[in-house]
Amino acid sequence: MGHPTTWRCLWNIPPHGGFHGTSQHMEGSIGHPTTWRCLWDIPPLGGCHGTSHHMEGAMGHPTTWRCLWAIPPSRVVHGHPSAPLSPAVNSSLAQALYERVRVLCWVMTSPSTLDTRARHVRATWARHCNMVLFMSSAPEPSFPAVGLPVGEGRHQLYWKTIRAFQYVHEHHLDEADWFLKADDDTFMVVANLRWLLAGRSPEVPLYLGKRFKPFVRQGYMSGGAGYVLSRGALRLLAAAFATGTCTHSSAVEDLALGQCLEKLGVAAGDSRDTQGRETFHPFPPERHLAQPLPHDRFYPQYSYYPVQWAAACCSDLSVSFHYVDAVQMHALEFLTHRLRPYGYRHRYRPHP
Amino acid sequence: MISESSSFVKGVVLGGAFCMLVTLLGHMKVGHGSKAQRHEHHHIQAPNKEDVLSLSEGERMELSKSMRIYCIILVKPKDLGHWAAVRETWSKHCDKVEFYSSENVKVFDSVALNTNDMWVMMRKAYKITYERYKDEFSWFFLAYPTTFAIIENLKYFLLKKDPSQPFYIGHTVKSGDLEYVDGEGGIVLSIESLRRFSRILEDSDKCPEQGGMIWKLAEDKQLAICLKYTGVFAENAEDSEGKDVFNTKTVSALIKEAMSTHPQQVVDGCCSDMAITFSGLAPNHMHVMMYGVYRLRPYGHTYNDALVFLPPPGSDND
Repeated sequence: MGHPTTWRCLWNIPPHGGFHGTSQHMEGSIGHPTTWRCLWDIPPLGGCHGTSHHMEGAMGHPTTWRCLWAIPPSRVVHGHPSAPLSPAVNSSLAQALYERVRVLCWVMTSPSTLDTRARHVRATWARHCNMVLFMSSAPEPSFPAVGLPVGEGRHQLYWKTIRAFQYVHEHHLDEADWFLKADDDTFMVVANLRWLLAGRSPEVPLYLGKRFKPFVRQGYMSGGAGYVLSRGALRLLAAAFATGTCTHSSAVEDLALGQCLEKLGVAAGDSRDTQGRETFHPFPPERHLAQPLPHDRFYPQYSYYPVQWAAACCSDLSVSFHYVDAVQMHALEFLTHRLRPYGYRHRYRPHP
Repeated sequence: MISESSSFVKGVVLGGAFCMLVTLLGHMKVGHGSKAQRHEHHHIQAPNKEDVLSLSEGERMELSKSMRIYCIILVKPKDLGHWAAVRETWSKHCDKVEFYSSENVKVFDSVALNTNDMWVMMRKAYKITYERYKDEFSWFFLAYPTTFAIIENLKYFLLKKDPSQPFYIGHTVKSGDLEYVDGEGGIVLSIESLRRFSRILEDSDKCPEQGGMIWKLAEDKQLAICLKYTGVFAENAEDSEGKDVFNTKTVSALIKEAMSTHPQQVVDGCCSDMAITFSGLAPNHMHVMMYGVYRLRPYGHTYNDALVFLPPPGSDND
């Protein structure tokens, strides 16, 4: 206690039937979390040492258990509002929204993509979040990246998502109003997310993103396009995993999360702008702005709202694009925040 | 009486000497300034924010309307995809745009020049343009169909420049003794330069159609040679930080370069916020540029710009 850097957190799929609240042994070796059993609470005197250790707890009171992490919670990257674009620009509205609509961004990354992808996110749009966390499966203090107790790969995506939200809930619940998840190949425009969220209460359980329609009655949000949970939604989500109301039901992260959230009564919101144009996008801009190709017939089957191509595809105040590589990450940051047509009066000028 | 007048004379002489000294000092400063002026002639800059803010509201509106650009796009049938993209995107922001093509193409409206030679095309296009529009436009922008241009930024750049002066502006390249504007980045001529060029076109010694003695010179070089004979010299256009505003590469290519030369400041170091052109674009990327430049932006920032440009009528992608 008091030396979080010596603690390690070890995880596993909870035993069939959920936690039982009794003490359990922890067995298994580092790197094979799937063989470990779940253990909670303040570690014994002397700290955890990374392999097996005992734990005592109260039967039937899983909420008294606490989760301990490898990276001390203070190592987060704090953002700053968009630097004013030039002296002749008035950024007071953007600044006001930065202060009032606090967004914590967590970026799904991995040890192998920290340098090839996450680094470019960190250099570009992540700077506009109020706070940003890079969630990996191994801690990297110099980045900094949180080491979640999960493995890598598609089958671990939902685990990673759950653990990331639990981490955020545990350490940063009161520091933000909205909690955004993005991939390390997602490009986001955080100022536009704040515009979208400005009129909504963070206490109401809500989540927003690119809405898909199959499998879940109210729809679910595309993982790659990024999605955001209100603080109210995050509370419900964390509680659901603590009690076993939601469990790791499938490896398909976005679908499984959508099913859980629907079960909890978290509403799937409409993220389209006041002209009905989408703001979250599951593909890069060139794909949406072009005319559809034959293999695009699946997209309309997934999209909750009618798909529009070319100019109507995308709001002027778009929030995200997916499958964006390193070069395009910087290019989009430049096109969005820097390059502009002098004196141009935009067609779409929504009210605050 | 005499001593008083001698004091007076002394006073006048001293005053005169002091006045001369001050004037001389003043001229020294001005001399230094005009040296800077001469230096500026080859690296031409955008107007300062101060220049612009000193204009009154009425002057700003008048200026916005008075800045009119005539665009010339040189196309060939093989460029059909790019041609379509240019037509559907940035060229809508020219006050007038004309596509000058090597030959007549049924699909698109153009002025057919009946030649495949780029230099001959350029000569003819400029000549026709001068004859038809010399009284209607002061600024002429020529581009290839692989170029994306932001006309509003071009207007801002040209704001305080006098078109009755011989301007020949763009992304310059030095080739031996010759400094020329690279056609890839777009070529800007003032009416005075166009007037001089259309005259020297008739001189088959100085400005022949068959340029170059041994091998053919590129058309943008030929243009520079002809203009040089008329006393018109290429100038490289830069913003207030010295960054090029006419670019012969795509945003991506420039970003890639910035990622290796200054990886800590990629977006800062890449390109000008007031860039006018990027080039080497594929047609679908023109649509991305159109969206990224004219539409996608972060909410909550408003600008105190000296000019106001409205979106063109009958367009939906800007």
